[in-house]
Amino acid sequence: MDFSLSDEQRMLDETVSRLVADRCNPEQRRALINERSTSPSPLWRTFAELGLLAMPFSEAVGGLGGDGIDMMLIMQSLGRGLVPEAYLDGLVIPGMLLARLGDDAQRDRWLIPLLEGQHQLALAWHEASSRYEINTPTTCATRSDNRWKLQGRKQVVLNAPNAAALLVTARLDDDVLGLFLVPSESEGLRRRDYATLDDQYASDIDIDFTLPASALLASGENLRTALDEALAMGRAALCAEAVGAMERACEQTLDYLKERQQFGTPLSRQQALQHRMVDMYLHLEQARSMAILAATSLTLPDEQRDYRVAAAKAYIGEAAQFVAEQAIQLHGGMGMTEECSVAHYAKRLILIDHALGDRDYHLDTVIARLDTAA
Amino acid sequence: MNLQFTTAENAFRDEVRTFLAEALPSDIQNKVRLGQRLSAEEHVRWQNRLNERGWLAPGWPVEHGGTGWSPVEKYIFEEECAAAHAPTIVPFGVNMVAPVIIRFGSEDQKRFYLPRILNNTDWWCQGYSEPGAGSDLASLKTRAERDGDYYIVNGQKTWTTLGQHANQMFCLVRTDSQAKKQAGISFLLIDMNTPGITVRPIITLDGAHEVNEVFLDDVRVPVKNRVGDEGEGWTCAKFLLTHERTGIAGLGHAKQALRHLKDVARRQPHRGRALIESWSFREQIARAELELMALEVTNLRVLAAARDGGAPGAESSLLKIRGSELRQRLSDLTRRALGPQALPFFADFLAGNDDSLDEEQAFAAAASTQYFNRRKLSIYGGANEIQKNIVAKTILGM
Ligand SMILES: Cc1cc2nc3c(=O)[nH]c(=O)nc-3n(C[C@H](O)[C@H](O)[C@H](O)COP(=O)(O)OP(=O)(O)OC[C@H]3O[C@@H](n4cnc5c(N)ncnc54)[C@H](O)[C@@H]3O)c2cc1C
Repeated sequence: MDFSLSDEQRMLDETVSRLVADRCNPEQRRALINERSTSPSPLWRTFAELGLLAMPFSEAVGGLGGDGIDMMLIMQSLGRGLVPEAYLDGLVIPGMLLARLGDDAQRDRWLIPLLEGQHQLALAWHEASSRYEINTPTTCATRSDNRWKLQGRKQVVLNAPNAAALLVTARLDDDVLGLFLVPSESEGLRRRDYATLDDQYASDIDIDFTLPASALLASGENLRTALDEALAMGRAALCAEAVGAMERACEQTLDYLKERQQFGTPLSRQQALQHRMVDMYLHLEQARSMAILAATSLTLPDEQRDYRVAAAKAYIGEAAQFVAEQAIQLHGGMGMTEECSVAHYAKRLILIDHALGDRDYHLDTVIARLDTAA
Repeated sequence: MNLQFTTAENAFRDEVRTFLAEALPSDIQNKVRLGQRLSAEEHVRWQNRLNERGWLAPGWPVEHGGTGWSPVEKYIFEEECAAAHAPTIVPFGVNMVAPVIIRFGSEDQKRFYLPRILNNTDWWCQGYSEPGAGSDLASLKTRAERDGDYYIVNGQKTWTTLGQHANQMFCLVRTDSQAKKQAGISFLLIDMNTPGITVRPIITLDGAHEVNEVFLDDVRVPVKNRVGDEGEGWTCAKFLLTHERTGIAGLGHAKQALRHLKDVARRQPHRGRALIESWSFREQIARAELELMALEVTNLRVLAAARDGGAPGAESSLLKIRGSELRQRLSDLTRRALGPQALPFFADFLAGNDDSLDEEQAFAAAASTQYFNRRKLSIYGGANEIQKNIVAKTILGM
């Protein structure tokens, strides 16, 4: 058992922390959001220069071969700065799928530029009736004359507005799950773009187009295994991001309690608030442990990995909510305002739970496997 | 003991329902149902309808335009209004300043202000909180200095709800800086069109413009606009805080929110079934239901005690704590029930300026913003921590 970081990991952690501290304070963050466009931001290009975009991928596809802990360190820092870049949704998740399922030509065309920071991608899986279930889309793909015809509607596709290409899930003729690579310029792809309440960028997408046979990246078991792996990584990454954001929310709340005077003394002198602050801190430390558990489980056999990741995601969803709600409460009216930094942390901490399965969804997984899981 | 409503109360409920079905404009009803924000015009249009029926001010004595309803009837009315998606009455005039004027005001003040409140000529806002005076309200610093028949008022108020629409503000000011905290405070009625008043918006985390900062810079307020004696403002403020608390638990809203939650959970898929059939989620709804049942009876107990002569005191703190927690919990579960569909922020739709959303999108659009907006319930009107301090001190004697 060893909780210490390697030298490389410590360097990575310091690099990303410093970058986020220097380049993503609240004003810089606001500017990044306001100036968002399909071309990569200067910050994203710096990510590329520092190798952060290559980190999650194996050396075989031109990556740096980072592991779960590397990802955890990066995501935690991004969470601390609430960095409005789609590192997970635009890079890690679609990139992992493409690295694993694409042929050489597809990787050259889409993966290499992704790692170099020239464009981003997105995974389009969510539909009105899917909630958190990725395996049963109603978007369907029918084959004729060596071409695929796709029809359906995807909703709340994170990072779709910034994506050069989408990975689209669909149900194939024989009721098997398939994944298609679709350039965003494809005719018959209509997007409605919007911001989410936590300043992410997303789209609803109407799909009605035909694709060449090679657009099908994978299907069936092969795809399911790849998706499970990518989603496990994604969920562990969200856990780490949440921990980073919880850290900042706790720090800001503690600072505020020390500074804010009511009844002639700082709020931090009120015992009721001291205990509440301690509860926030306890949630943070327990969440941190769960994020470590998830990050170190990614290389375990699938069943074990998924059980632990589900446990971590369920636990952190709840812990993040506690910290978010108390952070607002202890800031009083200030915590309710757009101007107050902690409100943005609270929004992210609440809505991060709506990505890749929330606490209820993952708790059900744990409940179902409770007496068989090792 | 008998928890049944009487025949007369049930007949009253029917009467209210019939009225709401006829009088509530469908455009307004639809906005409330979808959680869209109302314009000033829409609030006023609805309140005018209520006033035409004589039902705008159930809390007032009959001679001033009240309804003469029992606390139980008021409760039924609030419940039916929420169930019908009627807008909440903007409380600052009807439910806050009016009772103070009726209790402490001069005859001139009653004659001038009360009719204008009933016919919605005036829109009131509440000028209590200041940047440095929130929970510790009595530390407020806004000064009013006597200059003949006028006070010259200087200072800053904040969190002024819907102050952007208001033409009148009731305001706590310090008229005596020597007296100890509470004793130097007076209660002033200030015309918002007086020179020297600046209102600046505060945007909340749900993207709404609901609260404001109000700056007062050498604002001349006639002395005759003071309610009660000089230095008696704190008595007025405390009276206002304990008066008209039938609605404080927000039960009508909670019941409506619970119905809505069940509706969402029935529609949402979850692992091949409806979410409401997921045992773990169902249990959370059930727990909210239990809390609601208990709170309804507690509320009725407090109302019954009030009817029998005891003014609700610290008991209203219990209602405020549990009522706000329950409504927050319900908005939390509703947001969670919607899954990824709770993520989009359709600001224009919520402001009522976008009709391009499909039914599913519109149905889900307000859930997250409402969840965040409801965080205020445990902060304003005396934060829940402060309510607990009150209960500890006055009920438990700790
Ligand atoms: C949406 C909204 C609308 C509002 N509308 C109005 C309005 O129209 N007019 C108006 O005058 N005001 C209004 N308010 C202000 C509201 O009344 C104050 O926010 C409230 O009194 C709390 O004060 P504060 O925000 O300064 O928080 P603070 O007093 O700074 O409190 C911060 C936190 O510390 C806790 N705390 C403070 N003292 C203690 C203690 N002794 N023991 C334990 N805990 C403590 C509080 O409970 C809170 O959680 C509104 C507020 C909001 C959020």
